[in-house]
Amino acid sequence: MRNVWIICRKELGSYFVSPIAYLLLTMFALIFGFFFWSALTGFVMMGMESQMRGQMFPMNLNEEIVRPLLSNVSVIGLFFIPMITMRLFAEEKRTGTIELLATSPVRDLEIILGKWLAAVILYACLLLFTALNFIFLFRYGNPDWKPLAIGYLGLLLQAGGLLAIGTFISTLTRNQIIAGAATFGVCLLLWVLEWPSAFETATWARVLAYMSVITHFESFSKGVLNTKDAIFYLTVIFVGLFLTSRSMESLRWRS
Amino acid sequence: MITVKDLTKRYARTVAVDQISFAVEKGQIVGFLGPNGAGKTTTMRMLTCFLSPSSGTATVAGFDVLEQPLEVKRRIGYLPETPPLYPEMETAEYLTFVGKLKGLSGSDLNKRVDFACERCAISDVKKKILGKLSKGYRQRVGLAQAIIHNPEVLILDEPTAGLDPKQINETRDLIRGLAGDHTIILSTHILPEVEQTCQQVIIINKGKLVAIDSVPNLQARARGAESVLVEVAGRNGNLDLPAVQRKLEQVRGVGRVEYKTSHANRSVFEVESQKGFVRGDLARAVVEAGWDLNELRPAAMSLEEIFLQLTGNEAPADKQEIAAKGAD
Repeated sequence: MRNVWIICRKELGSYFVSPIAYLLLTMFALIFGFFFWSALTGFVMMGMESQMRGQMFPMNLNEEIVRPLLSNVSVIGLFFIPMITMRLFAEEKRTGTIELLATSPVRDLEIILGKWLAAVILYACLLLFTALNFIFLFRYGNPDWKPLAIGYLGLLLQAGGLLAIGTFISTLTRNQIIAGAATFGVCLLLWVLEWPSAFETATWARVLAYMSVITHFESFSKGVLNTKDAIFYLTVIFVGLFLTSRSMESLRWRS
Repeated sequence: MITVKDLTKRYARTVAVDQISFAVEKGQIVGFLGPNGAGKTTTMRMLTCFLSPSSGTATVAGFDVLEQPLEVKRRIGYLPETPPLYPEMETAEYLTFVGKLKGLSGSDLNKRVDFACERCAISDVKKKILGKLSKGYRQRVGLAQAIIHNPEVLILDEPTAGLDPKQINETRDLIRGLAGDHTIILSTHILPEVEQTCQQVIIINKGKLVAIDSVPNLQARARGAESVLVEVAGRNGNLDLPAVQRKLEQVRGVGRVEYKTSHANRSVFEVESQKGFVRGDLARAVVEAGWDLNELRPAAMSLEEIFLQLTGNEAPADKQEIAAKGAD
């Protein structure tokens, strides 16, 4: 456990010493800020319209703003995850520092967990910026905080799974760009798998939809903690990390 | 300290290391010699548990590299061919990280970082970013990284590659200085390095072990069994070769005489002798028989030639000559 933390600290160090972390944080904050602004403006306009007409519709901050925004974040995240994971192992393989890690008295699993944990923490930092926006909702309105918290839990679980897959892909190459592009492709695929279910109800479409990471986020965005969906994400995390460890093991045989 | 038995590394199409066996005693410096691509790095990577052997066994300090890799890694300091540095880190920060990875902590860690910095003469760049260090400093930080946890065994892959002559000397001194407390294996394709730093030499070629011997023994082999090249010329133009050979063989102390080449009326013979002082007798014998003695020089082999011979590459004639003169 100590070793996991040592590796994690080092990874966080390289994220925050280089411009990567700041670039990601800035871009994410800008994009989410824009989404938040448009969602909020729409909400306010709707409120004013209904007042002018003299008919008061029931309006709910959680339903109208928090839920769609969380769904947005889960999709924006897909674009950021490859940029977080692409360097994790590819960079070490390119510069040869992987030889240092692999010949130190540390287990492969500790290296993998440390790197994955650092990626999750960086993603959590991105989410922190979204939280800054939500604070305004609490200042000027009274949304329910529990669905929001569950939504964040879902985002973290979903990202954890995709980050694990990205970590795995990063072990396959020494080229960061290839790792990033491949991870992006996989993330995108795991998103669009649910699309056929919109026009098709056959079993294959439902199976595909079940494999999509977005499908399982729906319950979280509603503020419902669904065990099945949580277990799905935990499974993705496990499979991703397991593949990573197999891949690292195979490095010892292939060179 | 290190025992290697029938160690083999096979890839899909090639055999990188083929049934190598050797043993290294505690406290020794062993030179791992071979041309590029001979399998030096692969062997070292197997010893450090970076690669797994296809077959055969290797033990370090009594621990098998496959069975107990963590115990092996705890006892090994490894400097790969390119120092494994994180370019964005500062020197001291990097050494602290490596120290923690190797299991050090607290005041012990700080002490070891300072010690390694001092030992490798990098105290003046402690606060510098690794990516901006010169090649010589990078190599020394790499070395500091390898000794940080005071390992019993040091494995250094071409520790002097790419350094300038002054740095090479400093690095060799450093390695010799480390020898007392550590068992060291270093790989190189530079021969003087082996002569200067190592007690024992392991020569491998194309994945196979071709020689394992102590440096004095190899040097003795290099100085040769006092072999002398004699160039004789006939005074009146033609030379009776069998007669010269017989004459040379009759000199006291001469073991074997071999005819080498002829240019015009000059002929070269290689004369092997048991004792070192036959040269005067040879000269007298040739002159008394009425021939001219053009040249008389030792035909000793240099370590370089032995190396080339063992690794199966024929040395070009002129190079042989230069080498022979160098060994004189």
